[in-house]
Amino acid sequence: MVKRLLALLLLAAIGGIFTTLVLGYMPDAELNNTARYYADHTAADIGSANLVTAIVITYRGLDTLGEVTVLFLAAAILGLVLARGRRQVQARRELTPVGELLTTGSRVLVPLIMLLGVYVFVNGHLTPGGGFQGGAVIASGVLLLLLTDPLRQFAHTLIAAVESLAGVFYVAIGLMGLFLAGGFLDNRFLPIGTLGALFSAGAIPIIYTLIGLKVGAEFSVMLSDLSDTEAL
Amino acid sequence: MSLLLTAMTLVLCIAMIVAAFVAILGKSLPIAILAAGLVSLVASVLFVILASPDVAMTEAAIGSGLSTFLFFFVLGRVRGGERDGEDEPGSEHG
Repeated sequence: MVKRLLALLLLAAIGGIFTTLVLGYMPDAELNNTARYYADHTAADIGSANLVTAIVITYRGLDTLGEVTVLFLAAAILGLVLARGRRQVQARRELTPVGELLTTGSRVLVPLIMLLGVYVFVNGHLTPGGGFQGGAVIASGVLLLLLTDPLRQFAHTLIAAVESLAGVFYVAIGLMGLFLAGGFLDNRFLPIGTLGALFSAGAIPIIYTLIGLKVGAEFSVMLSDLSDTEAL
Repeated sequence: MSLLLTAMTLVLCIAMIVAAFVAILGKSLPIAILAAGLVSLVASVLFVILASPDVAMTEAAIGSGLSTFLFFFVLGRVRGGERDGEDEPGSEHG
């Protein structure tokens, strides 16, 4: 009873805090100084049509490198923990048969999902989305494959190689920016090109493709590790 | 914000809260998982209305797509595990 009362009290307090926040919220009539700098200078300096991408990859590129590292650590630790329960012998148990609808549907959908993922990260500097979103879309295609056939074996060495090489090239491009242009992860050592073209914005399409491959590979490794584990 | 957009936002918010309650209080696990995915889906639509398509894509891909799939995957594994234990009492786990 006391527990329930405490929970209700906590809920009321959180509700009160959010109500005051919402009632006191006034949308800004104009951009603040930081936002105005990005809005004014991105097209000329970076050449990326998507402002968010310019900030994520170039202005705040180091943060993105950190995020990718965190995701890599999570995948590595998950692999380490789950390695204990790795399946030794294949298919000891009888699996529930997968429906015809799922099998046929995944045959149609998986290539389209993969294509959408690649489209999202290749066009990261033009349209909303980018490496992380595209990588997650690719991983959901992999998950659909796993749902269709839970015993499917993925080429672990290939995925691991893609993941490591993408990471190495990402840092290498960052260093090239340091030596050939203004600083670490500066995209301007390649020509900026015309605003809105596919091959524009310097190194941003390359960096986002690498991030997309890396994130997709990391999520896929996590999922196939989970799938390979017999029991915990 | 125009009147139509405000009305749509209100409807979406109410739908989100209803879906969240279905996810918490529902008796059937698959329906609860679907309702939790619906919360993310409505949230991603709200992000589009609030003019942040990048966040909306992340929410749709990870919150609504990947985690819903993952919950279903784990649900299938857990059910298979129960049956597995009944069939093979001597099988070793872990």
